Amino acid sequence: MSTIIIYTVVSLCAIGVASAVVLYLVARKFRVEEAPRIDQVEALLPGANCGGCGKPGCRGLAEAIVKANSLEGLACPAGGETTMPSIAAALGLEAGARVPRVAVVRCGGNRERRPRLNRYDGYPSCAAEHALHRGESACAFGCLGLGDCERACAFGAIRVDASSGLPVVKEEACAACDACAKACPRGVIELRDKGIKSRRVFVSCINRDRGAAARAACGAACIGCGKCAKDCTFEAITVENNLAYIDPRKCRLCRKCVSSCPTGAILEVNFPPRKTELPKFEFET
Amino acid sequence: MKTFTLGGIHPPDEKRTAGSAIAPLPLPGQVAIPLSQHIGMPATPLVAKGDRVKAGQLIGGAAGFISANVHSSVSGVVLDVKAVVDASGYARPAVVIRVEGDEWDESVKQRESPDHYLSAFSREEMLASIQAAGVVGMGGATFPARVKLSPPAGSRPEILIVNGAECEPFLTADHRLMIERSRELLIGTRFLMKALGVEQAIIGIENNKPDAIAIMREAVTKHTLGIEVCPLKVKYPQGGEKQLIQATTGRRVPPGALPIAAGVVVHNVGTVYAAYEAITIHKPLVERVVTVTGKSLERPGNYLCRVGAPVSHLIEAAGGLPGDTGKVVSGGPMMGKALASTDVVVTKGTSGVLVIPAAEALRNPSRDCIRCAKCVRVCPMGLEPYLLMTLGEHRQTGEMERGRVMDCIECGSCSFTCPAQRPLLDVIRLGKSRVGQAIKSRK
Repeated sequence: MSTIIIYTVVSLCAIGVASAVVLYLVARKFRVEEAPRIDQVEALLPGANCGGCGKPGCRGLAEAIVKANSLEGLACPAGGETTMPSIAAALGLEAGARVPRVAVVRCGGNRERRPRLNRYDGYPSCAAEHALHRGESACAFGCLGLGDCERACAFGAIRVDASSGLPVVKEEACAACDACAKACPRGVIELRDKGIKSRRVFVSCINRDRGAAARAACGAACIGCGKCAKDCTFEAITVENNLAYIDPRKCRLCRKCVSSCPTGAILEVNFPPRKTELPKFEFET
Repeated sequence: MKTFTLGGIHPPDEKRTAGSAIAPLPLPGQVAIPLSQHIGMPATPLVAKGDRVKAGQLIGGAAGFISANVHSSVSGVVLDVKAVVDASGYARPAVVIRVEGDEWDESVKQRESPDHYLSAFSREEMLASIQAAGVVGMGGATFPARVKLSPPAGSRPEILIVNGAECEPFLTADHRLMIERSRELLIGTRFLMKALGVEQAIIGIENNKPDAIAIMREAVTKHTLGIEVCPLKVKYPQGGEKQLIQATTGRRVPPGALPIAAGVVVHNVGTVYAAYEAITIHKPLVERVVTVTGKSLERPGNYLCRVGAPVSHLIEAAGGLPGDTGKVVSGGPMMGKALASTDVVVTKGTSGVLVIPAAEALRNPSRDCIRCAKCVRVCPMGLEPYLLMTLGEHRQTGEMERGRVMDCIECGSCSFTCPAQRPLLDVIRLGKSRVGQAIKSRK
């Protein structure tokens, strides 16, 4: 009886040792050679795997940087001010200058301004609702408020506000990785240059319907009247398809357009309070 | 009795309007006729504001091969050509007409000529009539019928299947059509057989419609003509093209292929009737039978409704919107689409309007998947819905494609059967559109 056990144990051990030797040899033979610098670069990246750089995760970007041995066109949008210079220093390369950007929500149709005509009860995803119909209001362009952007953000920088039903961006947390903008089925979110002292002026609407239809759907809609474009001294505003757009590179933050917009669709953020109050707008409901 | 083998469910059939005869609906005061009532390119508008039109007059021309003509369903004055919210949920171009009288275009014959027998029309004539009349698949997919009747070169159709399964609960429009227009359907079937060049036709009817089976059988035995009525054991989604082909002929359509790959062409009974009218009296597809039904409706029934009439007009005829309404669905409860407003108009593809009481309209909260695999058992396409949903939630488009998500027919059997009430179909449909985009961008 005991001999059987001994034979079994011995033969199993022998098989184990033989397999280990084979595995070791095979692993040596087919070892994947990887540049050690890839690990080095990956360690310097934030590790959020947000995909904002366009590569599959942080390791993907590290591989691309090491392979190209240059930082041209390769940058981590999420890493803040220090990441790219530190990688450049580690690899002995030159880091390009980069304009800080931030996600901007271009919809001002909160619950009061955009009357709700029906109730959506399907799968709670903006993409699903977008595929089904124009939404709970009469605006076929604006935010659906179901939070696809919130779920896409790896930094907790965008959150749908419960009272307004619109997403709010936490500027200091936003890494401008573009994940929210890609997740939004309607293209409501735009990455814009952060601007001096984070001051920005932008059209908070993307409705391309004609004025009357846009106005009927939402009190805060851009009606494409072109007043802002006429008033702008720096030719920063263009009106196309019934929608105004402010070019952040041309805008000099004079805020003339903010006061001339009849629907209040143009917003100014992070400015000190004005000396004179903006005219109050009556919103039709 | 025959049925398809893979998966399937048995929802309560609720055919409460099966006994109500098709009633013509009074004309509405105003119609909006969408220029895109079919799969493919929207029709090009041929009328402008202020024009007078007659019922049956061409107002939108087919824009390409996969497109369809659109005709006015009423006589009156064109108020505008503008974007109107249709069943797609978005505003799309439509012709808005104020109804005045009921005058028909001269091209439409008021009654069929006595020499409407088969030899009177050549294959080309019939196809031209069907195309001119803007006939599309009336089972719901609204694919231009002319295209389906022109098999691609190299393929040989052998059997025409007429889809009278009507497996959706509540709907009875096809059922009533088979009872009240059996003779016309039979002649229409013969026309389509000749157009396709096939010798055999099978009319598939589920056996919860014994009266329709009996009437169609009786009509067939009088003339034989290579047509066979095939009763089918009730199971949803029997009316799905691939399921019906398997149930009636035993043939299987390969994944990703069209029915013609199995030598079969399927047409809905509504389409056959529209083709019959198009060929014999040159009447365009401007009205259809719509089942208006629901548990708390006062007068549910089957109405012969002009295309472009608002859904609210139909509901009015059925006794008005009940106070406890929670949802109004265009189509049946399984594959229909909830409407955001009753101003949406009836189109060529509207088979029913279902009013669901508020108590039953809302979804129950979904819980976690327990891997019971009931969804796998009921999927008529042999997919793994629970897996596809998880992949969809994580945007794994590549894996979804390998899981054959493009084969999904969106029948909703998985969502119906899930004991945890998970929104399987919602996520799978979303993933399907993403995979579709990925496939398109690769080309």
